[in-house]
Amino acid sequence: MERTARVVRSEWTKIRSVRSTVWTLTAALVVTVALGMLLSLVVRNTFTDLPARDQLTFDPTLTSFAGMILGQLAMIAFGILVVSNEYSTGMIRASLTAVPRRGVFMAAKLLVATVLALLVGMVTSFAAFFVGQAVLGQYRTTLGAPHVLRAVIGGGLYMGLIALFAMGVTWILRSPMLSFGILIPFFFMISSILSTVHATRRVGNYLPDVAGQRIMAVVDTGDRPYGPWGGMFIMLLWVVAALLAGYWVLKKRDA
Amino acid sequence: MIEAVGLTKSYGAKTAVYNLNFQVQPGKVTGFLGPNGAGKSTTMRMMLGLDRPTSGTVTIAGQPYHRLPNAPRQVGALLDANAKHGGRSARAHLLCLAQLSGIPASRVDEVLGIVGLQDVAGKRSKGFSLGMGQRLGIAGALLGDPQVLLFDEPVNGLDPEGILWVRNLMKKLASEGRTVFVSSHLMSEMAQTADHLIVIGRGQLMADLPVRDFITQNSTGFARVRTPEGDAQARDTLVRVLAEAGGQVLTEPDGALKVIGVPLPRISDLAHGADVRLWELSPHSASLEEAYMRMTQGAVDYRSTQDPHHAAAPQFQQQQPQQPFQAGPPQQPYGLPQPQHAAPAQPAYTPEDAR
Repeated sequence: MERTARVVRSEWTKIRSVRSTVWTLTAALVVTVALGMLLSLVVRNTFTDLPARDQLTFDPTLTSFAGMILGQLAMIAFGILVVSNEYSTGMIRASLTAVPRRGVFMAAKLLVATVLALLVGMVTSFAAFFVGQAVLGQYRTTLGAPHVLRAVIGGGLYMGLIALFAMGVTWILRSPMLSFGILIPFFFMISSILSTVHATRRVGNYLPDVAGQRIMAVVDTGDRPYGPWGGMFIMLLWVVAALLAGYWVLKKRDA
Repeated sequence: MIEAVGLTKSYGAKTAVYNLNFQVQPGKVTGFLGPNGAGKSTTMRMMLGLDRPTSGTVTIAGQPYHRLPNAPRQVGALLDANAKHGGRSARAHLLCLAQLSGIPASRVDEVLGIVGLQDVAGKRSKGFSLGMGQRLGIAGALLGDPQVLLFDEPVNGLDPEGILWVRNLMKKLASEGRTVFVSSHLMSEMAQTADHLIVIGRGQLMADLPVRDFITQNSTGFARVRTPEGDAQARDTLVRVLAEAGGQVLTEPDGALKVIGVPLPRISDLAHGADVRLWELSPHSASLEEAYMRMTQGAVDYRSTQDPHHAAAPQFQQQQPQQPFQAGPPQQPYGLPQPQHAAPAQPAYTPEDAR
């Protein structure tokens, strides 16, 4: 137990002593909030032009989270860098020499990085919500309205889990280039392509980001075969699968 | 003590290390010598449990690394001087390692002082020279005040003052009763630092002996004898006479004779008796580098196409005794200038360096 504590402390030292941590997490927050604000502003000014159907199903909470599509990429970058830094610098050998039990090492790193990502995710989510609602003016909702608090907390969870998923994948791939090259297109393009084409939408619904984002919607449009927590659970399954595969690779392969 | 038994590591069809058996004793500096790509780093990684042996075992104090209680305080290692995040300061880098190993943070400034980096402790290591990086790596190995120390090529990139410092540090650590295992591809360096040598080539053990024995076995002197040019008969006569006197005679590419086992005055007497004039009679001693190169000649993986060994191994190689430090190219018949990268003991680029 004492050993695990000191490994956790070391991972905290590692994470706060490099600038990429600050950069990626700041970018996640700023991009999400700023983009959400911008989109909310656009919606307020064009609300009366929207078709009546869209006006009826208007979801002010989800609108203020519009920036997460880009902001999550910074979260993914954070997740990739936290893990791949070990490999790209060769530090992994020193780390595993100091902590020969690889599971302990991996768990400590994940714990520190995930707690940090969740914290920043929560702050981001609440900031995006309040700024977005302030901009939406007369179309705004409040935290006290039904399901809104769940959606905002869910947004923070989503940001934390997406970083954790990126970490799991990077434990498998090790290289930052490979991880960026696979994860960024995956989250930026594949899910949106699959969701726009009707034939593949049903498959696309089960992608980690699509499923996870369901929790941020207060108004149920009925286009997904699961509820908010069901979607979160699907995303969690993806995360667990990535982490297990990452652990297996770390355990079996030479460092 | 470190002990390897039947240690073997293969990557698919390629065998990096094959059936290594050796012991590294405490209280001595043991040099681990081999050309680039011989399997030195692989062996060290297996010692630290980073790479899994395909077969065989390597133990430290009788235990595989991952079973050692409190391993980082028993074993310290420098594997790669570049293994650090450039954005982290020297102190933060060592602090990470100290915390991982459960070593008090106060020890960080201690080791920074030992390696002479106290003035740049707060600077980001991105701007460090290779030599400073080596010092930082050595500091990391010393953190746990361990009884067993592994250093992979610790003098790479160090200036002469730094090399001297590392040499003395190794000796001091060994004199305190620690096990010190240092890899290098430079025989001349090991001859001055190590007490014991383990030489590998192409992943196989080629020698395991005290440095003193290696030196006495391999620094036998020889004489270079030159007879008048164009007089083949005189030369043949001399060769016959020297052979009768029990000498070993080899012909060098430029026609000079290399004579082993006959003292110089006796060569002169024999030549006089056979009525052969001499243009040259000079004493030489084979360098250790040369002996080492001879030992690993067949085991060099990466060789320049401009290297005379590339086509065929010559009868022997030689070197001027005045330059024991230089792992230079073997003598060229016509004194052609040789590019640096043709030096067989130190190819300028190998995949191992690139990592």
